[in-house]
Amino acid sequence: MDGVHDMGGMDGFGRVEPEPNELAFHEVWEGRVMAMTRAMGAISTWPIDMQRFSREQLPPHIYLATSYYQRWLLGMRQMLLGRGLIDADELAAGHALRPGAPLERGPFTVADVPRVMTRGSFGRPASAPARFKVGDRVRARNIHPRTHTRLPRYARGHAGVVERVQGCHVFPDTVATGQGEQPQWLYTVVFESRELWGPDADPALKVSIEAFEPYLDPA
Amino acid sequence: MADHDHGPDHDHKGGSELSETQLRVRALETILTEKGYVEPAALDAIIEAYETKVGPHNGARVVAKAWTDPAFKKALLEDASKAVGTLGHVSRVGEHLVAVENTSKTHNMVVCTLCSCYPWDMLGLPPVWYKAAPYRSRAVKDPRGVLADFGVTLPKDTEIRVWDSTAETRFLVLPVRPAGTEGWSEERLVELVTRDSMIGTGLARTPGEAA
Repeated sequence: MDGVHDMGGMDGFGRVEPEPNELAFHEVWEGRVMAMTRAMGAISTWPIDMQRFSREQLPPHIYLATSYYQRWLLGMRQMLLGRGLIDADELAAGHALRPGAPLERGPFTVADVPRVMTRGSFGRPASAPARFKVGDRVRARNIHPRTHTRLPRYARGHAGVVERVQGCHVFPDTVATGQGEQPQWLYTVVFESRELWGPDADPALKVSIEAFEPYLDPA
Repeated sequence: MADHDHGPDHDHKGGSELSETQLRVRALETILTEKGYVEPAALDAIIEAYETKVGPHNGARVVAKAWTDPAFKKALLEDASKAVGTLGHVSRVGEHLVAVENTSKTHNMVVCTLCSCYPWDMLGLPPVWYKAAPYRSRAVKDPRGVLADFGVTLPKDTEIRVWDSTAETRFLVLPVRPAGTEGWSEERLVELVTRDSMIGTGLARTPGEAA
């Protein structure tokens, strides 16, 4: 979706503010939200791209006015409500009003922690050979799906070169909407700055994206 | 505002919004616990791991090893997940890790314009600025301006290569080994490797800075 989360190239957000000796969490609740998201993701089959899509769908004014972990909280609540794992009246009451739904992989216990501390593999067997090889010129498609995609707006329509073939991976665009993993070849595609940002761009800049095969055409 | 990414909790007028978020989080945890979905102790364990076990020291060990061991460096640049997996002290590294080498000609910098993708197992949780709008918006268009915000100036002809983490591949920058460290042990070199140098928003410390 053409959401406000897709920030690459936008102006007006100001300076980056590095914070010396930053803590892992600035508030206790941030850690709880992160941990709950990990735990519920692990036991309820909530793939990472569904999680991302839930946050991307926050209205732009909410997305921009909330902190990172507030967005996680809002996204998680929507997911839990959407799947019937909790109900709105329970959120209002602040405690459970009826028993939990049966979960194949629940409950999440201390023994499950090591599992969420390791990132899983997103590589999958390929059903067809890769369409592109290193050195091929490709053009990012000018697509505007209303749902989740990992093709950033700033790259759409622009031509670049395949620099790496990263294997065949779970396809975020389908997994985010429950249409399954539909694995696709993944490429590192590198763009010249002037191709992306016009003739005034810094000539000594190159930008790459990780692009799934359905995002690309031969150029 | 999101440019600080602390949100209303830090912009609030009377403090009510802070308690609002805290109350919502507490309520949700109570519900999930009462419904039997999660054990609070398991949540504690996840938080503790991120506060104490996972952090940039993991990446720093990898970088120092690459600086001192050419065979390891070669293996790291070919397949970082595999190479890091051979090191006993950094266990459980995720797949799809890619190491990219800074040189006098090319400076690599990593961003996730779409959310916050970051090599957690190498560097820990991403800092607030990495997840916030100023960095995500500008890194791909004005990386020299971003570097200036970090107090870093590169020669004009140094090529800047920005890696947008738009999939599950994760990027670790191998910073340039500082001059004046010839003969240093891996243990000593680790102290020069900063988190930001492995994101590409900083350089490794010089021996003078570390002293």
